[in-house]
Amino acid sequence: MSEYDLEVENLVRDFAAFRAVDHVNFKVEKGSFFSILGPSGCGKTTLLRMIAGFLEPNAGDIRIRNESVLGVPPNLRPVNLIFQHLSLFPMMDVKENISFGLKRRKIPQSTIDKQVDSILERVGLPEYGQKKINQLSGGQKQRVAIARALVLEPSILLLDEPLGALDLKLREQMKIELKKLQQQVGTTFVYITHDQSEALVMSDQVAVMDKGAFEQIDTPKNLYAHPKTGFVANFIGENNSFDATVSSSDPFRVKINSDMEFNARAMTGLSTGAECQLYIRPESIVINPLQNEPMNKFSVTVKNVLFDGANTKLLATIGDTGQEIMAALPQDKRFDHIQPGERLNVGVYDDACTCF
Amino acid sequence: MKMTGIITAAALAVTSVSVSAETLKLLTWKGYAPKALVEKFEKQTGIDVEVTYSNNEEMIAKLRATRGSGFDLAQPSQDRISSVQAKYNIYQPMDYSKIKTDQIIASMLTAVKNNTNVKGKSYAAPFCYGTSGLVVNTKAAPDAKDYDALMDTNYKGRISYRLKRPTLIAMAFAKGDDPFAKYSDVDAYTELMEGVGEDLIASKHLVKNYWANGDALLELMRNGEVNVAMAWDNGGWKLHEQNPDIDFVAPTSGALGWIDTFAIPAKAKNVEGAYKWINFMLEPENAAYFTNQEKYGTASNGANEFLEPKIKANFERSFSKADIDNIKWYPPVPAKLESIEGKILDKVKAAN
Amino acid sequence: MPYAGRLTLYFFLTPVLLWLFLLIVIPHIDLFVISMQVENDDGDMVWSLLNYQAFFEEKIYWMTFVRTALYAILTTLLTFIITFPVAFYITKVLSIKYSGFFTILLLVPFWVSELVRIYGWMILLRESGVFNHFLLQLGLIDVPIEMLYNDISMVMGLVYTSMLFMVVPLISSLEGLDDSLIEAAYDLGASKPVIFAKIVIPYILPGITSGSIVVFMLTLGNYLTPNLMGGKNSLWFTEQIYNEFIASFNWNQGAAFGFLLLVLSTFIIWLGLKLTRQNLSRALS
Repeated sequence: MSEYDLEVENLVRDFAAFRAVDHVNFKVEKGSFFSILGPSGCGKTTLLRMIAGFLEPNAGDIRIRNESVLGVPPNLRPVNLIFQHLSLFPMMDVKENISFGLKRRKIPQSTIDKQVDSILERVGLPEYGQKKINQLSGGQKQRVAIARALVLEPSILLLDEPLGALDLKLREQMKIELKKLQQQVGTTFVYITHDQSEALVMSDQVAVMDKGAFEQIDTPKNLYAHPKTGFVANFIGENNSFDATVSSSDPFRVKINSDMEFNARAMTGLSTGAECQLYIRPESIVINPLQNEPMNKFSVTVKNVLFDGANTKLLATIGDTGQEIMAALPQDKRFDHIQPGERLNVGVYDDACTCF
Repeated sequence: MKMTGIITAAALAVTSVSVSAETLKLLTWKGYAPKALVEKFEKQTGIDVEVTYSNNEEMIAKLRATRGSGFDLAQPSQDRISSVQAKYNIYQPMDYSKIKTDQIIASMLTAVKNNTNVKGKSYAAPFCYGTSGLVVNTKAAPDAKDYDALMDTNYKGRISYRLKRPTLIAMAFAKGDDPFAKYSDVDAYTELMEGVGEDLIASKHLVKNYWANGDALLELMRNGEVNVAMAWDNGGWKLHEQNPDIDFVAPTSGALGWIDTFAIPAKAKNVEGAYKWINFMLEPENAAYFTNQEKYGTASNGANEFLEPKIKANFERSFSKADIDNIKWYPPVPAKLESIEGKILDKVKAAN
Repeated sequence: MPYAGRLTLYFFLTPVLLWLFLLIVIPHIDLFVISMQVENDDGDMVWSLLNYQAFFEEKIYWMTFVRTALYAILTTLLTFIITFPVAFYITKVLSIKYSGFFTILLLVPFWVSELVRIYGWMILLRESGVFNHFLLQLGLIDVPIEMLYNDISMVMGLVYTSMLFMVVPLISSLEGLDDSLIEAAYDLGASKPVIFAKIVIPYILPGITSGSIVVFMLTLGNYLTPNLMGGKNSLWFTEQIYNEFIASFNWNQGAAFGFLLLVLSTFIIWLGLKLTRQNLSRALS
């Protein structure tokens, strides 16, 4: 028996001339939290709906616990889906919602009652069985939706951006709760989102998707530290990107204009003279670096300070070129004096400059 | 301020217009106010004529509801006036001095005066007359000579009649009885009519439909969907012009004769206009136009010379001398009979 | 300012109250008073319950009512059965681009009067009508069939007349039903019939109820269609009321019938709401 709950092989789906999902391959380990992250329109919902059974692929295979589910309708697949808008049944109370799936399985009422009570306990909503759906808060609805799916003990729980409709504070809280819940129940979660923070915080593995294809499947940390494509580098976390030309390949150096040259790390095979993209993360830029530190150093002119608490950024132009660069501004009082118009020395370690 | 002035002026203008144009509100039967005659009348008198089409029952109900207002002139059948007048007081006595009585066939005027007499005053003047009998497609139903043809299994599915009191009365005559003689004896009349009702229920499966709209019936006969119907003579004659096989047949037990009249509602606004209309409609030339058009007999005295020859031919074809003598003219209907008949008619309609 | 607020309230409330009182309450009080009187042998009006008694004692009267009510219920049911797939198709299957067009298409026949529509049907169905003509031409029948003047054609006419009043509330409540609810139920293991019975129907129940009430009342109060299309067997309760008022001149009996129609139809609707555990205010909201 394989240790994978879900295996997707060469999956293709076309809508007329448009290819929404293009030869996607991945495997999801039993009990893991797997996210598919991508901008809207990248095909992630189509992919999810194929796994859930609402769409049939044009080619490829989907195996759940080693068995192909092609042609199996959604009501017979061992997966459940949490919809974007949760889709709780408004004409039923909480208990009726949760027992809806169980009743379809012709389970005796006494067993249903027990299971509903236990799942409500587990999602932290004991005594909520008789409540009407419209009496619940956003977070409570979320938990009821998850309870409704989990009570069926699916092999895989699919989640379609379920946090999208929540406000920011609640979203932060639910992220943590969801992760906890997943670890607690041990069900395999496949989660799709366009919000990288959701994906990074909760997932064991994240697949970054663009234009119907997967760019990279990796742990959140690796996606951030070792993006394999420019798209991933750009999409995961924030990045400054520059058009650059490779000026030497060993040591690897790139030029972004006639007099700015960086020691950098080539992520793909780039030979001298090749055009490429240079990425520098705002948080890897060091302000006022030590004199003897071996790093790329250059001066910038401050244009603006974009205050956002812990995320405060500095918007500046490099040298006299007018090229803009964003740098993180740590809020530890050291840099409170910085004003627009000021000239600053900054540095960035060679490893933090990635080229694609 | 200016705006208000304009609006007031406009409102005044509108009211003054409606006051200056005299109108005559006519409550009558379909065909009784031909367009050409209405236009001629409007030209002659400057009075606008508004026509509302109705039938005996609705005329009475409308006038009863308004206690005799809303219309300037009505045209009920002569037999439906006296009891209604005695009970609801919806008409005003006719001032015969305002009518050119020499235009009216004297015997008919006398009969109407007598039949519409309530407490010494009379309430109507005759306008036209006709009979109810059989309209038959003589090719398809050569033996339909009397009302009992309406219950004849030979014509199954090709029979139509109105579910109204004339049918009950006709069937009573066809049974050899005389319903008019029993008008004054409520119990005997009820018994007779209940018997008729039972006959109608027993033969209901033979009927195609109970017609309510004269034009629709003529259409059915024209298409051969109905071959025997009880209807007014003029309908049969109209069809005869188009299809010689179809004609009006005076039933052997007697065609039912009716006279439709002019009667002025109690609270008529334009009484003078009403008399003008009565006199206008009875002018020989106008009356003849109406008869040529609608084929009803007219009460107008000198109209004969303006009639088309085929009108006369119609009458002679359908009525022998004996048939004419045998016409059963409706006497005034006493009160209460209508509700007895109504219940029987409901039963017939509800029966399966 | 509470004073101004109250003035505004009265200002907007007055037409409503006037409307209710002048056009609904007062005529009904009058109707009720008339229905409680009978004419005695001297021709005077006296108070009596005889008119109501007559309804229950005379079989033909209450049988007509029962018949009318049963046919109205049947019409309501059939109307729902016929219009539901149409409404479902328009809202859930067709793309939005076409659904508006199809809705308009449904409305078009209702721009002409009921009378004209009924005559249209009569032209199609009569013995010498269009349908018979085609059937004869095709050789499917040898003799024309009379398709009019029976209960089936009457019910068909009533259903046709009522469809609009059912399809509009159905469409609007189906539009409110998010497709993802159907998918969610499907995902949770429900088969299509279960989804229909447990999700779609309960969700649009208020729409069904309001549509049904309107159709039921309109059918019960219809006069033209049973009369013209039903023909000789179609005694309808409204016709009986008409006959009492117009043919028999018995306004008191007619008023009693009118009042009984109001009370009994209200009772039937109340019963229907109870049986389906519905709430009137929810259905009409």
